[in-house]
Amino acid sequence: MPELLAILLSAMITDNFVLSKFMGICPFLGVSKKFDSAIGMGIAVIFVMVCSTLATWPFYTFILVPLGLEYLNNIGFILIIALFVQLIEIMLKKLVPPLYKALGVFLPLITTNCAVLGVCTLNINIGLTLTESLINSLGAGIGFTIALVVFSGVRGRIEHSDIPETFKGVPSTLIAAAIVSMSFLGFSGMI
Amino acid sequence: MFETIIIPALIFAGVGLLAGVLLTIFSKIFAVETDERFEPINDALPQANCGACGYAGCSDYANAVLAGAEVNKCIPGGKKSADAIAEIMGVAAGEVESMVAFVRCDGSAGNTEAKYSFDGTQSCAAANRFYNGSEVCKFSCLGFGDCAKACPEDAITVKDRLARIDRAKCIGCGICSKVCPDHLIVIKPRKNHVDVACSSCAGGKETRSICKAGCIACKICEKKCPNDAIHVIDNVARIDYEKCTSCGICVAACPRKVIRDCNQPMAEVKTEAEPEKKTEE
Repeated sequence: MPELLAILLSAMITDNFVLSKFMGICPFLGVSKKFDSAIGMGIAVIFVMVCSTLATWPFYTFILVPLGLEYLNNIGFILIIALFVQLIEIMLKKLVPPLYKALGVFLPLITTNCAVLGVCTLNINIGLTLTESLINSLGAGIGFTIALVVFSGVRGRIEHSDIPETFKGVPSTLIAAAIVSMSFLGFSGMI
Repeated sequence: MFETIIIPALIFAGVGLLAGVLLTIFSKIFAVETDERFEPINDALPQANCGACGYAGCSDYANAVLAGAEVNKCIPGGKKSADAIAEIMGVAAGEVESMVAFVRCDGSAGNTEAKYSFDGTQSCAAANRFYNGSEVCKFSCLGFGDCAKACPEDAITVKDRLARIDRAKCIGCGICSKVCPDHLIVIKPRKNHVDVACSSCAGGKETRSICKAGCIACKICEKKCPNDAIHVIDNVARIDYEKCTSCGICVAACPRKVIRDCNQPMAEVKTEAEPEKKTEE
């Protein structure tokens, strides 16, 4: 049990996928303009990460490994991730239309979000068991959400502050992202 | 052969099939009822997906109409689309102003000079980042044709480093005006066929020294206009499309021939008439 908690916390904070491993930067910059869509995107990514792990781990362990086809893991994982992204898109369209609209093109882009593929591949590479993998994915998803939510707050502040013309828009956003990322470095070595 | 190709292929076919079945089931369970009027409205739109209506595309606008948006927002579709949609929705169509694009510059090769030869990526956006573009006049058309590449109707051609718009082909969608880094292209009512082909905010003296076809803010047009429709704002003449009757008095009065009647073919106005004007001045 303590190990699982350590995995969860490290995936969430010390090895934060966005701010320490630099995966999933595209939605991190794209969807973090508003708090609501940041939360929505975060939950969608948590769902996709956990479901994908639930499918990719057995797929790798019970199908690819016995047949000696480990080298096909990336293609197989992409297929499975695409399936779950489609599923969540269909579900959101029906259940939460405003969120579906707010996420826009970034929802199908979860398919190519390297954080999702990254967590599935990492689970295999580190050699985690299924339970540990699920916890790791959950932590990674929550970490992604934390990064997005924290950054949406930062961006809200930037929008209302008086910054030089040259830095308006993307430059100020990227500088802020660097500072937030540096602040997360403070957690390194804790777990 | 069997182990390395067929088995992986079979596995992936199986996974793909499973995914397809799952998706089909889910899309049935979570099917969203669409309004039956959506299809005909979408068909009535020109499918240019230009965004001139202010929505993300034709289908987005069709949804907006169903939600209560006005039916006459489609500029490329014009009256035809508006009437068709109005019939489906059972409301009055209203008027659709036919719009057209206009390039507020006449800085072609014969009128102004290049200050350097741009060798980088051949696009206006790239050239504009480099000392405000390769033309002496920083407000000038750069002539790399970003607008021509963006135009969905092939209505723009670049000749002598100047974008020229074919008014017959132009649908007034406004994509070109969004990509022009100098914001030279304006979308205006088609009935106003007189306009000022210059955007130079520089003073009269400076403009005169760098471009033969630049507005020098002399205000003669302002004095001659019978409708008070033309005014010099920021050193360049601008026409109030509401008041302008396209009478053509300013076209004749302009000493620099900056004001142009778009119903006259452009090539003639410039390449042939310009050398004569020069000798007069």
